Amino acid sequence: MDFTPHTSADIGEMLSRVGLASIADLFGHLPERVRVVGDLDLPAGISEPELVAAITALAERNDDLVCFAGGGHYDHYLPPTVRSLNMRTEFVTSYTPYQPEVSQGVLQALFEYQSMVCAITGMDVANASVYDGAGAALEAVNVAVAATHRNVIWVSEAVGPQVRQTIATFAHARGIAIVEHPIVAGVTHWNPDAVGPPAAVVVAQPNYLGAIESYGSAVEAAHTRGALAIAVVDPMTLGLLRAPGEAGVDIAIAEGQPLGGPLTFGGPGVGLFAVTEGLVRRLPGRLVGTTTDDNGRLAYVLTLRAREQDIRREKASSNICTNQSLNAIGVAIQLAWLGPDGLTEVGRQSAQKARYMAARLTTIDGVELAHPAAYVREFAITLPVAPAVVIDAMAKEGILAGIDLSADYPELGNGLLIALTEQRTKEEIDAYIALLREVIAHA
Amino acid sequence: MPKPGGSAASSPLVGGSEEPTLKEISIPGRRAWSLTPLDVPEIELDLPEKSEGRVALPEVSEHDLVMHYTRLSHRNFAVDLGAYPLGSCTMKYNPKVCDWAAEHPAFRDLHPATPESSAQGALAVLLEAERFLCEITGMDRATFQPPAGASGELTGLLLMRAYHEDKGEERSKILIPDAAHGTNPASVTLGGYEAVEVPSNDRGMVDVEALRGLVDDQVAGLMLTNPNTLGLFEENIVEIADIVHEAGGLVYYDGANLNAIMGVAKPGSMGFDIVHSNLHKTFATPHGGGGPGAGPVAVHDVLVPFLPGPLPEADEEGVLRWVMPAKSIGRVHGKHGNFGVVLRALTYMKALGGDGLRRVSERAVLNARYLEELIRGPYDLPYDSPCMHEFVASAKTLKKSTGIRAMDIVKALMDEGFHAPTVYFPLIVDEALMMEPTETQSMQTMDALANALLSIADRAATEPDALHAAPVNTPVGRPDEASAARHLRVTWRSDDD
Ligand SMILES: Cc1ncc(COP(=O)(O)O)c(C=O)c1O
Repeated sequence: MDFTPHTSADIGEMLSRVGLASIADLFGHLPERVRVVGDLDLPAGISEPELVAAITALAERNDDLVCFAGGGHYDHYLPPTVRSLNMRTEFVTSYTPYQPEVSQGVLQALFEYQSMVCAITGMDVANASVYDGAGAALEAVNVAVAATHRNVIWVSEAVGPQVRQTIATFAHARGIAIVEHPIVAGVTHWNPDAVGPPAAVVVAQPNYLGAIESYGSAVEAAHTRGALAIAVVDPMTLGLLRAPGEAGVDIAIAEGQPLGGPLTFGGPGVGLFAVTEGLVRRLPGRLVGTTTDDNGRLAYVLTLRAREQDIRREKASSNICTNQSLNAIGVAIQLAWLGPDGLTEVGRQSAQKARYMAARLTTIDGVELAHPAAYVREFAITLPVAPAVVIDAMAKEGILAGIDLSADYPELGNGLLIALTEQRTKEEIDAYIALLREVIAHA
Repeated sequence: MPKPGGSAASSPLVGGSEEPTLKEISIPGRRAWSLTPLDVPEIELDLPEKSEGRVALPEVSEHDLVMHYTRLSHRNFAVDLGAYPLGSCTMKYNPKVCDWAAEHPAFRDLHPATPESSAQGALAVLLEAERFLCEITGMDRATFQPPAGASGELTGLLLMRAYHEDKGEERSKILIPDAAHGTNPASVTLGGYEAVEVPSNDRGMVDVEALRGLVDDQVAGLMLTNPNTLGLFEENIVEIADIVHEAGGLVYYDGANLNAIMGVAKPGSMGFDIVHSNLHKTFATPHGGGGPGAGPVAVHDVLVPFLPGPLPEADEEGVLRWVMPAKSIGRVHGKHGNFGVVLRALTYMKALGGDGLRRVSERAVLNARYLEELIRGPYDLPYDSPCMHEFVASAKTLKKSTGIRAMDIVKALMDEGFHAPTVYFPLIVDEALMMEPTETQSMQTMDALANALLSIADRAATEPDALHAAPVNTPVGRPDEASAARHLRVTWRSDDD
C-alpha cells in the first residue's frame, strides 16, 4: 500500500524546483557511515486485502473468553452510540488544541470531561487526562512530593500490584521511599509507627482485593501527618460509594477504561486525575478553561500553561505532553450516556451479580472468600488448587476465570480475583460455578 | 490547474455556532442509557462508605447526545479535513484500515489479564511490531509499555541509571541541546538527573567543542533527536556519540523525528544506544485530540536485561510467553502499554513494508524541501542548510518591517483553511514557524499552503490590522488567555457557586 499522493510527474517537478536530480540527492549530505546500504530487512509492502487477511489471522490466534477478570480493566457494555461519537474523525485525527480558534470541539469536550470527572469524584478540578491508572498514581505521588517537600510515600498493600510496581520504578530514581502498609482482614492497617512523615498516603477504594476501605482512616493517617490523601478509585462504583472528594481525599485518580473504553489488552485506557482546589497549580498535564474571544464570544482554551513542560522545561510539574484525550472524551460521552441513574444502575447490577456469584462459589468444597470485608463488584476467593491451573482449564472452556493473586499476595495461598459487570448473565455465572466445581474435583 | 481536493483554500473547514454544555442541555428525567434488567435475585447491599444522593451528571436523550458531540466535532480542525503542517508532530494521514484493525473484536475485547495461551495473537502483534521497529532503528529489543514519547524518555533515563548503577557508578547529569523539546528536560528532572544544556552552533548543530567541554564522569548520557528540532541532520552525529561514549555515558535518541530517516539511516548506526519512537507520529496512528500515542523504547543488547517487563518471547515450542528481563527496571505502565496504538502501527508498517517505509521518508523530506523553497524570501530561513522532513522558518524580518509576528501569521493561515505550523519552538529561533508537511500532502496542497503564506506576507505590509485581527473565519477569534488563567473556570460546577 502507499498513502502518499505523489505521481512521478509530481516528483520530477518538485525535484527540479529544489534543484536536485534524484531522490537519493535529498540525503547526499548524510555521512556515509550512517546510511542504510540496500534495503531494510523487512517484508515488502502488501495490498489492503492481504493486510486485512494478515491481521485477521493474528486476531484468530486470540481466544474469545467470557470475562470475569478486572483489576482495573472491566468488560462493561460499550454502546455503539458512544463509540461512534468518540470515533468522530475530527476528534480522532486532530492533536493537542494549541490553536483554540480551530479546536473548540476538542476543548469543550475536554472541559466537559473535566466537569464530569469532578461530578463523580466530588473533587474540585480534574485535568484533561494522564496515561493510565498507574501513571496517574505516579503523577499523584509527584504532586505530593512537590507539595510537601517530603520523600516518603505510604502505600497500602491493597493498592494494585501493577500500580505499586509502576510507582516503585520511578520512585527509585528520585530517592523516594515507598513504605507499604499491610492488609488485615481485607483492609489496610495503617501502621502508625511506619517510617515517615509521609508526603502522601495512597489507598484504593475499593481495594485490589475488592474490599471497601475506610476513607476515614486513610484520610486521617494522611492529614494528621500533614500528608496528602490519594485515593485510587473504581469509577463504576461511584454511583454507590461515597465520592472521594466528600471523604476528604486530596487527589482522586482512576483507570478510566471502564467508562467508554474497550479493553484492548489494557491500553489505551486513560488516567483520571482530580484534585482539590488548592492543588490546581501543581496539576500535571493539560487543563481546559474558559474565556472570551476578541468579540466577546465564549471560548475554551488550554489554561495555566505555565505548569507545563513546553514552557517550564526542567521545572515543569510533569513531563506529560501527548496524553489520552480521545479516551477522556470517550469517558465523558459514556458518562453522559449513563447519566446519574445509569451509573448507579451499572454499579448496582455489578454488585448484585458479585454477591450472587460469591454466595454460590463458596458452596464449593475448599472455596472461600479471601477476607470478611464488604465488597462491591470484585472479590477475592481462595481455592484448593493453584489458580493458574483453574485459569488455564477454564480458558479452554471459554471463560476467563479471573486474576491469579498467588504471586502478588502469597499470604492468601491460592487467591483468585473475580470481577463482575452488568454484562455477565446469570447463565454465564452459573456455568462458571459448575465448571469450577468440575475443575476442582478433577485437579 | 488541478485543485487540491478539499484540503486547502476552501475555508472555513470548521464552523458551527456556540454549543451549549451538556449541563445546559440536561433535563431531569431524560435518559440515553439502556441496560438489561437484573437477572439474579436482588439482595440488600449493605455497603459501608455508601453514597448519599445522586451523582450530578447531565440527563440527556440519545439524540441530544448525538447532536451535541456531532456539533462539537464540527468545531474542530483535523487531518481528515485539511493540511496540518504542525512541526515536530508529524500530522500525516492516518489510514482507516489501521482503525479497522484496532476495532477487531478479538483485540478490542481482550482483557489484559488474559492468559498467554489465549492471547497468542496479541503477543504476536507485539513481537512483530518489535521486529519492525528494531530493524528500522538498528536496535535489538523493544518495550511497548511507554504510552507516549515523554514516557519513553523517562524510561530511557531510568535505563541509563540502571546501567550505570549496575556498574557501580552514580552519575548525576544529562546533556540536552538548547533546541530540545520541553519534554526532554522535564523527563530529566523526573528521572532524578540534572539537565545540562549543550549550545547549538551558528549552523544549528550541536556545538561539538562545547560538548567536549561539558562531558565528564558525572554525565550519564546525552539526549538528542536527529534530524534535530531545526529539521537538520546532525552531521557530526558519530563524533558526538563517540565523545559521550568515551566519557562512559549513553546516547538517547528522541524519535520524534524518525519520519525523516526510515530506510535511509539507522539511529543504531549513528551511535545511539536507546531509541524511542512516537508511533503517533512516524507510524501514522491518529493523535486523538492530544492522545493516545505510544512511545516504545528500543535498545542495544547491553541494555536489554534492564528493559521494563514483561516482554513477549517464544518458548521452545513456539508458544509466546511473558518473560521478565533479568535486571528489569520494573513497570512503566499498568498493563502492556497502549496496545491498540501498537496494533494500528503494526498494520501500517505491514501495509508499507520495508520499501514503503523508505518511500515515506523520501517523500516526507522531498515535501519539506519543496515547501521551504516555495516560501523562501518573505520568510527567513535562519539555518539554511538542506532540511530533512521539516524546517524552521522565521518571521523575524517580517516582524521588523511590518510588526506582524509569527502568531499573526498562523492565525491568518487558519482563515485560509490550514492548520497552523508549530510556533515559537524551538526556543533558539526568534519568531519561529516550524513546518512539517509530511509525505501525505500533495504538491498541489503545498502550492496552496505556500501561496497562502506568501499572500499573508504581502498583506503584512498592506493590511497589518487585518492580520492582527485574524482569524475571522473560525468558530471563535483570538481568546483572552490571560483572563482564562486569572478567572479560572475549569468545570461547569463552578457556575453554581
Ligand atoms: C522533539 C519531540 N520530543 C519529544 C516529544 C514528546 O512526545 P510525546 O508528546 O509523545 O510525549 C515531542 C512531541 O510532542 C517532540 O516533538
